[in-house]
Amino acid sequence: MSQNTSVFSNASEYLIGVLFGLGLIISGMTNPAKILAFLDLAGTWDPSLIFVMGGAVLVGLIAFYLAKNRTQSFLGGAMQIPTRRDIDRPLIIGSALFGVGWGLAGFCPGPALVSLGSGELKALVFVVAMLGGMLLFEFMGQKK
Amino acid sequence: MTIDWISFTPGPALVGGILLGIAAALYVLFNGRILGISGIVGGLLQAKKSDWLWRLSFTLGLLTAALWASYVFDIQVKAVIDADYLTLIIAGLLVGFGARYGSGCTSGHGICGLSRLSPRSLLATMTFMGCGFLMVYVVRHLV
Repeated sequence: MSQNTSVFSNASEYLIGVLFGLGLIISGMTNPAKILAFLDLAGTWDPSLIFVMGGAVLVGLIAFYLAKNRTQSFLGGAMQIPTRRDIDRPLIIGSALFGVGWGLAGFCPGPALVSLGSGELKALVFVVAMLGGMLLFEFMGQKK
Repeated sequence: MTIDWISFTPGPALVGGILLGIAAALYVLFNGRILGISGIVGGLLQAKKSDWLWRLSFTLGLLTAALWASYVFDIQVKAVIDADYLTLIIAGLLVGFGARYGSGCTSGHGICGLSRLSPRSLLATMTFMGCGFLMVYVVRHLV
């Protein structure tokens, strides 16, 4: 990748990161209380998250349809879309642990990082622990 | 089931959701990758990899989004966090480890995976949503 392409692609990374963060803020998903209100089916339920996912997937369906047969991205890099279709234990166990953690605090990785950026101390605590959990995964991978 | 009509915000939720979709769309079309936060950030912790710069660029975008929202768009981040510090630490560990072990989180599996009709992501999304529902039920209605 040439110098210019690299500058463009890193600028694109940054700006898309900002855009995604703005989407999380506007949709209300940076607020753990709102996430937990969605997950609380037996309490007073806030269905907002369905509209967030619906809006996102609506646009995503078109984008991934367009991306499917490309061999190169618009910026000239290789397309790196996953090809796995097998269902294995790590997928289920990992997602289950993730769900338990998500239901405990109402934070998932994106909103936690955005909330940290707004100076929220509790988000910092969550993010440090989250990075710890990710590091644990790296160490486990090395032992295999 | 009672719907909380006061907190329910379908308009902003849909607009924000469309923005998330546009971000994921631009990401796959321009950068050729799945917009999955746990994968992008988790990769920063792999010492051997030399691809930290793009990961860091994206992560900085997320971390500065609140500043853009506040100074450019005059929108403040709203966060009501009831969890105490111990709960946050346990939840953080579970979310970090689980997302990496399960190859994705709400963005990679939830938004991108469902958008590309991946059976793995559909199952992952149903699993973490199911466990999230269950966890909140246990914490709020059983304990």
